[in-house]
Order: sequence, then structure tokens, then C-alpha cells
Amino acid sequence: MTDSSAVSITAVSKSFGRGSAAVRVLEDVSVEIGQREFFTLLGPSGCGKTTLLRLIAGFETADQGRIAIEGQDVTQAPPFRRPVNTVFQNYALFPHLTVEQNVGFALVEQQMPAAQIRARVGESLEMVRMQSYARRRPAELSGGQQQRVALARALAPRPKVLLLDEPLSALDLKLRKEMQIELKLLQAEAGITFLFVTHDQEEALTLSDRVAVMQGGRILQMGAPREIYETPTHRFVADFIGDINLIEAEALPGNTIRLIGGAQITHPHQAHGRVTLAIRPERARIVALDASHLQARVVHTAYLGTALVHKLALADGSTFLLRQSDLDGAQPSLGSQIGLSLPADSLRVLVQ
Amino acid sequence: MTGSPALRRLGLLTPALVTIAVLVGVPLTLLFWISLLQKGGSSGVDWASVPSLANYIRLVWEEDFDGTMILNTSYLVILLRSILQAAVTTGLSLLFGLPVALWMAGLSRGQRDLMLLLITIPFWTNLLVRNYAWLIILREDGWFSQMVDFISPVGPIQLLYNDLAVVIGLTYSFLPFMILPLYAVFEKFDWRLLEAAHDLGAPRSRAIRRVLIPIAMPGIAAGSLLVFIPCLGAFVTPALLGGGKTLMLGNIIQMQFGASRNWPFGATLAVVLLSLMLIAMVTMAIWRNRRVR
Repeated sequence: MTDSSAVSITAVSKSFGRGSAAVRVLEDVSVEIGQREFFTLLGPSGCGKTTLLRLIAGFETADQGRIAIEGQDVTQAPPFRRPVNTVFQNYALFPHLTVEQNVGFALVEQQMPAAQIRARVGESLEMVRMQSYARRRPAELSGGQQQRVALARALAPRPKVLLLDEPLSALDLKLRKEMQIELKLLQAEAGITFLFVTHDQEEALTLSDRVAVMQGGRILQMGAPREIYETPTHRFVADFIGDINLIEAEALPGNTIRLIGGAQITHPHQAHGRVTLAIRPERARIVALDASHLQARVVHTAYLGTALVHKLALADGSTFLLRQSDLDGAQPSLGSQIGLSLPADSLRVLVQ
Repeated sequence: MTGSPALRRLGLLTPALVTIAVLVGVPLTLLFWISLLQKGGSSGVDWASVPSLANYIRLVWEEDFDGTMILNTSYLVILLRSILQAAVTTGLSLLFGLPVALWMAGLSRGQRDLMLLLITIPFWTNLLVRNYAWLIILREDGWFSQMVDFISPVGPIQLLYNDLAVVIGLTYSFLPFMILPLYAVFEKFDWRLLEAAHDLGAPRSRAIRRVLIPIAMPGIAAGSLLVFIPCLGAFVTPALLGGGKTLMLGNIIQMQFGASRNWPFGATLAVVLLSLMLIAMVTMAIWRNRRVR
């Protein structure tokens, strides 16, 4: 752990339930989140991402391991003594208080003078452009407005880290896109660390400086969005983030990989025997049959406006997606047999 | 009924209006009218007497032998005692009811249903019988006294026939009326709001004071009214457990209509009691309205 980390999680484990019914939700998780970083925990439901967030907020206590915020150990501290605030999935706005009372809630707890509270509440509401709604009650606001108030409320006490628990999942698509941009701007303005939890891979890639992909209580891969997308190290990560083709192949000695149909590709690897190759749909190329690595039949073509996506059937019956961005080029006809070239630099050899 | 919508609405409302008029309007008007008359006749009311406010004046002023009016505080004392006793009972019900309702809301579905059943079981038995049960528990040789004596020998304890016994009996009788509305609020309460309060720096007690209690306020108000109002008019419990020594408003009203055969004065007391309840309800309504705004 270094002092420059905003959040430092060391070997944290957590189980729910007792005895034989106990379920391990987090297994030996360690993460370092830097100052002013937009860090995202990404994974399917039940992967432990929300539990990890709740451990940092203090709603749950870790069975093992250590949690520190800005170098200060908070592993056993109750939520009200941690310099973090949470934006809840359902917003959890206090229905009996007005917008400004909601935003000022934490400031009253800090026994801040009334005049200062008023100023800070005004500032926070201005940040999310909700000044004109100060006297309303949460029930009188739309989902997007409630979202903004929840953000203002969590930011008002100026936490060291803002925890966001799938805050956008209740919004419709258009609003979600708008809020994504706003969140990013807000983070720049507030200048604090954001720890974001989502199951939406696109959201994670768009917003984050770094992403940790979680599954089964573990962090599988951690890195910049581009790194996660382009060089996934696990089959799960590759599959979970974006569209990807996974093809069975055989690793031979001498950095050679044999594909279905017998074609060989030279690609550095340490594996031996059966492996999975991953390639993004936009990376494969259509080539002449005799120069191809793989042969496939066109099953279906979808027009997406900016690209064509061909659904292909490989010789072993598996499906291969091919994204063709060059709309002016030759387009394979339905049912025809085409050749595919897999550029070695866009292939990934995955561990299972 | 093919007329205008307004006429049709009136037609549909008629059964309700008639019911209210016959069962509420007529008796209340009659009660108020009787309170203005004088006692007399075999029925207790002199229907031919001239209506006056004499009974209301009698509540506070008494005519001395020489015709001068002197202050008579006995009814006022009873009135105040009734209010105080009702208030203490309400407070105790809240004290006991709040934790029970909170605890119930946290139970599983099946356990909750069982608790609700247990809480309503006493209603299957007549109030009189239940008060007799308390008589057995509280009397000098009752098992409460014996139990205390067993733990630390202080001799028999006389808990019966005093204000405390009445408050115990009333609290017991009306506690379900406090628990049920409170439970109704807590059952719907979003516990994540307490988490949010903790997150924003409020320790447990502060979160309860600033979030749980304000949101539960409608239930607290409803429960308090449901306990306070019947307590004001209670007469079975004070008569049995109070031993007739400490009179409450309900007891003297019963006496006026019964043994004293003074219906007009009984009606006067009943009107006063009704007004008190009305004031309690209106106050509560105004107070709640102000909170909402």
C-alpha cells in the first residue's frame, strides 16, 4: 500500500451465511485505486462487485484483509466514520426532506454552521444543475433529477472517494448516455476518486480510467479499457466485454497454432494442446479462399448503418462474427463460401 | 337514474348519506339537544324543560345556599386526570409498541403473520374478561406480587385500585392499536434509507431520529390517536382496576346515564368529551399538514 492510493484493498475475503451454507462472495481481492481515478468494478450480477463496494462504504465488514482510504485503515470503521459517500442504485433519497435538506443532510451531521451549509448546498446543486428544484421533494422529481440530487448529496460533504453503485441502471438509454458524460465532467470538476460499479461493459469502457473485471468473487483482469478490450487474458473477460469470436485450435511447438481445417498461424504462445483463440469481429479480413486461414459460409448479414455484420458458419459448425466497416468494398452474398484471414497481431491465445 | 352526472352521483351516494345521517347525525344531534335540557321523568330527561346552558355552567360553577356561584373544580379535576391518564397510556404504548413494531417488520413473512395473529388474539376475548384477568395478576395475593416477593421478600405488593393499575390495564388493552399502525409504516419502510443516513455521517441514534422517526410519523400519529381517544372515554378498566376510587370521564358519564338518572348532565359530559377528541384530532391534522409543507 502506498500513500498515493485513494483506496487500498489488501487480500479481502468475505462470505455470507454460516457453516456449510456459507457462500464466498469475495476471494482474496486486492486493488489499489489511485487519486482522482475513475475506477470501475465490472462484472455480471453476483460477481461480488457490489459487496466490494459495500465493504469500502462500511455496510459490511470483511472476514479477512484490510481496507484503507488515503492511507488510513478503515477495515473496522462504521460507515459514518469513513470519508466516502455512496450514490445508491435506487438513489435512497429521504422522502420526507426537500432536495436541499437531502443535500445538506451530511453537513448537518458535521455540525457545519447554517450559513455555510446553505452555501455548500447551493454549490452542490449548481454542480448538477438542480438549483431551481431546491424546495421540491424527491417524489416530485423524475428519475434523472433524483439521480442528480443523489449525486449532489453524496458530493456535498466532499468525500475522499465517491462510491457509485450502478447509479445509471434505472435510467432509460438516452438519459443514461447523457448522465455518463455528466458523471465524467463532474468527476473532473470535483477532482475526487470515483469508484463505479456496473454490469454494463460499454458504460465501463466509456467512463473509466481503469476497469477491474470480476467474476465469482475474484478480479480476473485489471487495466485501462483499451487494454481490457484488446488484450483480454481470460476467456470470460474476452467474452464479457464486447463481441468476440472464440475459436478452438491446437497449439503446436514452435509458436505455431493449427486452426480448424488445418491452416497454421505463427503466433507466440506458451500453451500446449487445445487452446482458445480470440479475435474481435472487426479484426478478421475477407480474403481469397486459397489465401485464407479459415473458410466460412455466410449465414446472415445485418446492416448497422456504419458497418455490416456477417454471421458466418465455420467448418465445425461454430459461429463467427465478422464486422465489415468498408461498406463500399465487395460484399459477400448470402450462402457463399468466403475465406478469412486472422492477422496474427489481433489474435489472443486465452487460458480457459 | 338517467339524469345529469351530478344527480346520478347524488343517487349513488344516497345509501352512504342516509347511513351516516341515521347512525351519526341523529344520535349526535339528540345527545347535544339532551345536554341542553333538565333532568326529570322516569327516563331521566324532562323533555318539556326549556333548553339552556345550565348543565355546562354546572361543570365549573356551583350554586351555593345563598345563591352565589362558587367554583367547583371536581369535574375539571376528573377531566384533567382523564386527559393525563390517556396521555400517559399513549406514551407507554408508544414506548412498548415502537420496538415491537420495529422488530416485527424485520421478521420473515411467516413469522410476521404469526405475530399479527398473536397481537389480535386478545380481541377474541371480551374486554371485561381481560380486565378481570389483570385483577388476578395484580391483586395482593396475585402472582405478580408473589413473584416479586419470591425474588426479594418485600411482602405483598398492592398494585390494584390505584392510578397505576388503571394505566397498566389501559396500556395493555390499547397497545395493539399502537403496534398495528406502526407496523404498517415500518413494513413499508425502505431500510436502505438508514444505510444512506449512516453513509452521510449519521450514527445509529441520529439516523433513527432524522430518518426513521420522521418517516414513521404518520403511523405514530395514527397509533397515538387510536390509543388516546378510546382511553379518554374508557370506563371498564378504571371501574375494575381503579376500584371506583379514581373516577375518569367515562365513569361519571356512565353514572349519569345509569345510577344518577341525570341524562342531560351525562349528555353534557359526553359532548365535552367529544369536543376534546375533536380538538385532539384537529390538532393532529393541522400539525401533520404543517410538517408535510
